[in-house]
Amino acid sequence: MAQQERDQAVDRELTMSRAMVEAIAHEMREDEEVFYMGEDVADYGGIFDSTEGLLDEFGHDRIMDVPISETAYVGAAVGAAQEGMRPIAELMFVDFFGVGMDQIYNQMAKNTYMSGGNVSVPMVLTAAVGGTYNDAAQHSQTLYGTFAHLPGMKVVVPSTAYEAKGLMHNAIRDDDPVVYLFHKRLMGIGWLPAPDGPKTPVPEEDYTIPFGSADVKREGSDVTIVTLGLHVHRALDAAEDLDDDGVDAEVIDLRTLVPLDTETVVESVRKTGRLVVVDEDYRSFGVTGEVVSRVADEALDDLEAVERVAVPDVPIPYSRPMENEVIPDGEDIKAAVEATE
Amino acid sequence: MYDDMVTARYYEERLQEEYLEGKQPAFDISAGPIPGELHLAAGQEAAAAGVCQHLRDDDVVTAPHRPHHIAIAKGVDLKRMTAEIFGRETGLSGGKGGHMHLFDPDVHFACSGIIAEGVPPAVGAGLAAKKRNEDSVAVAFLGEGAVDQGAFLESLNLAAVRDLPVAFVVEDNDWAISMPKDRVTDVEDASQRADGFDLPGRRVDHDDALAVYDAADEAIGRARHRNGPTLLEVQTHRRMGHFMGDPEGYRPEEDQEAAAQRDSIESLSEDLRDRDIDRETLGEIESEAQERVDEAIEWAKEQPEPEPEDAYDDVFVNPPSGVTDSEPDHTLAGGDD
Repeated sequence: MAQQERDQAVDRELTMSRAMVEAIAHEMREDEEVFYMGEDVADYGGIFDSTEGLLDEFGHDRIMDVPISETAYVGAAVGAAQEGMRPIAELMFVDFFGVGMDQIYNQMAKNTYMSGGNVSVPMVLTAAVGGTYNDAAQHSQTLYGTFAHLPGMKVVVPSTAYEAKGLMHNAIRDDDPVVYLFHKRLMGIGWLPAPDGPKTPVPEEDYTIPFGSADVKREGSDVTIVTLGLHVHRALDAAEDLDDDGVDAEVIDLRTLVPLDTETVVESVRKTGRLVVVDEDYRSFGVTGEVVSRVADEALDDLEAVERVAVPDVPIPYSRPMENEVIPDGEDIKAAVEATE
Repeated sequence: MYDDMVTARYYEERLQEEYLEGKQPAFDISAGPIPGELHLAAGQEAAAAGVCQHLRDDDVVTAPHRPHHIAIAKGVDLKRMTAEIFGRETGLSGGKGGHMHLFDPDVHFACSGIIAEGVPPAVGAGLAAKKRNEDSVAVAFLGEGAVDQGAFLESLNLAAVRDLPVAFVVEDNDWAISMPKDRVTDVEDASQRADGFDLPGRRVDHDDALAVYDAADEAIGRARHRNGPTLLEVQTHRRMGHFMGDPEGYRPEEDQEAAAQRDSIESLSEDLRDRDIDRETLGEIESEAQERVDEAIEWAKEQPEPEPEDAYDDVFVNPPSGVTDSEPDHTLAGGDD
């Protein structure tokens, strides 16, 4: 399915940020109830180009710069969503979630449940994630697992422009709160060069990518590498190197953590027998443990070997040699695959 | 005070040069000798120097993400601070913190990179001093963009209700990244917020460095003599972008030009000459400051980078026995093995 989607004849390529913005603009044109608010999202266009150009078309009423008050504006998005609007609230860095966390995990995530399904919170919370540019421990986290751990939020992590657009359309149209986490290194920002992978062909028209549908980014028969976000590209690089060594790796991009497409992962492991899970979040109690656990639940007999590659349980250090040490790269992924042999 | 101000200005001019090395012509934040983001404070030196003149080593200062001028005024070790900014092993934090996260316990200085979140710990330091019956004080620096945060407003209230020895110093440079003050608050001066907590609020203009000094004397004096907290606001000017590489497309050119024309260092220099301090004396202060800065930068650049595996140290001061090994050297096996 996903492979077919990608094979559509499209002759233009977009950066991930342009693809995101295109989806937001489309939804804003279609539905007056959609609006975007966050810090530096209007006149600046988003520090990570997440709203570049939207102010010109939609004005300050619908592209709203807000005071530096995460509790107030994330909570305001919850309130507007409960009244039936479709707000998108941006946390500039995911690391700032702590400032407004109560509104995220006690209000946004729980009000549907606590109201017995009588209230819905159709909002999107966007945030930039990830390190690899030496901004130290308070500006470099991914925290995928934190949001996925707390029930009530759908969690989306695009890895390419194609995914960024389709998942954003879906996120805005969804009647539940969706946390949409974009990796800074994938956005195609001038001052933070992206790898080659995330700039992809993107159809002009709107399209959705269903949540809970992982994408097999590379087919292979020897080992299954499960990952998301920036590390999809690092895993693909590692897979190319491994191919030279005669190892045929399958690379699965999860695309969403909640819901998690266990089936695609299990199906792959049944074929390869070997599982490597790669994540830029912290290792313990996180995504890697969850994926391994689900495969163990479903296909323990097929599982010959398992490796996890994630940030060891330390905050992200500032200095380059130390940051390079803790954030997994292609070599770490290769080594993990080799360790499953 | 003049010494601290010219040191801070020259220090940041040198950092700017070093930072841009390797990042040009197409700005790449992850290249060059200084890692990460860099937030400079040119135009805000008097706020830091005027306040910190009244502080002792045992007084606590917490600074925001734009900390160098405050660190210098508080007496943070210049060489080790520079090594930290360059990400070196002998830096204040061994390369783990970087420029937004400078910690120098010798002079009770700490930073936070999260807006307003350095403020509550200053209240805690004031609480500790009061509980221990000591006469040290705490000062929280923050930008005007931070005054809408709950952390700041809750801190004002807690400090007020407990009469804690704290001074809150708002450096108002008119801009929170792309947001001018009048688009995020209807309260003209941050100092007015003190009224809501029944504590004194005072606003002074940065152009008059001696007025900053006098206002700070009063605020710190109140805290030192157990008369409770004060909110002091200093009107400064943002001469640079929010961070190095900020294209400032959102900012009117007149505003940049106006900020560049107002320089508390120049006006203090004139003031001092009016007070019969000759140009030669000021020149000596300037050249000594430059020498000290150049020496710190040269020293820092010669320092070794940390070893990659140093990343695993310092999560705990006292690592618990049985701590989870997050990097097992064995492969976990499943299935029929």
